[in-house]
Amino acid sequence: MVFALTRVGVVATVLAAMSLSTLVGAAEIGQIKTAKGQVTIERDGRTLSGTVGARLQSADVVKTGADSSVGITMDDDSLLSAGPGSVLSLDRYAFEPTTGQGRFDASLNKGTLAVISGRIAKGSPDAMTVRTPTAVLGVRGTEFVVSSE
Amino acid sequence: MSAFASVVRRAVSWVLSCVLVAGCASSGTIVLLPEKDGHATAVVVKEGDKELVLDQPYAAAKITPLRPSAYRASPQEVDAQFGAALAAQPARATAFTLYFVHGSDELTDESKQDVDRILAEIARRPVPDVLVVGHTDAVGNDTSNDALGQQRADSMRAALIGRGLAPENVRAISRGKRAPAVLTSDGVAEPRNRRVEILVR
Repeated sequence: MVFALTRVGVVATVLAAMSLSTLVGAAEIGQIKTAKGQVTIERDGRTLSGTVGARLQSADVVKTGADSSVGITMDDDSLLSAGPGSVLSLDRYAFEPTTGQGRFDASLNKGTLAVISGRIAKGSPDAMTVRTPTAVLGVRGTEFVVSSE
Repeated sequence: MSAFASVVRRAVSWVLSCVLVAGCASSGTIVLLPEKDGHATAVVVKEGDKELVLDQPYAAAKITPLRPSAYRASPQEVDAQFGAALAAQPARATAFTLYFVHGSDELTDESKQDVDRILAEIARRPVPDVLVVGHTDAVGNDTSNDALGQQRADSMRAALIGRGLAPENVRAISRGKRAPAVLTSDGVAEPRNRRVEILVR
């Protein structure tokens, strides 16, 4: 019973997320503003070059090599930057600029990440999370760094 | 059932962490940094049902297999571990505000002069990406103000494109009367709220 209810909850959440992202379209959600060394973007099984100016989409995975780094400005003015040997996944992103409401879930699977949150985190306290393999960070409008080994 | 499952999950993840990460050591660090504008902020670190709130500058947590453990980080430690990530941080958005003649999409004379400063900031950025946000005062309903805000933003976007900005690098949106610069009662005409914000990032 508990299990069934949880499943309903998950489905409802996913549907809500889908309708939010429909509002924004399959749009570009951010842009690479700084890049040093080897930076790649994995999208739908393809590997693209993560050069300065590259536009990002929801579900993109951004990777940096040794001695490399990348800086990203998201559509809601969140700033994410990763140091060498990082794997940063932009799992879910939806932002409605007129109302300022949205949802942003990212994961740092490996490496180091600096975050300055933007309008999504300002809109509501649970709207932005950053995951590591074992922890979930709830972002309440802030600057922080996180590493994942 | 669900409590039992959670205990099992945590035990399994603990064992896995011990196997995969040398000697059950910490598998990550989180440090809250001081905020440039000084307002209160926080990050909540959760592992399973264990929760730790970081709400002071340099409040930090180590991620250990069973729970986040609190400690205080130093600026030196942050620099040593996160220097490369922090150095890669993009420039923050620069915001400009321009004002309009009542009920129209025409800039006030003073604001017309600010357009050159905006173009200079755009030219300074390696890959400029500009967001024009139209706002109105509280005269009229949401529908008409959303439309007027959009009209103001569109006219500003066209002006920037006319001055050489690539169309794909500038978007125009409206927030109508939802985000006034000066709070007023509904229906009040307020020149300081009839504006566009231009975010250059």
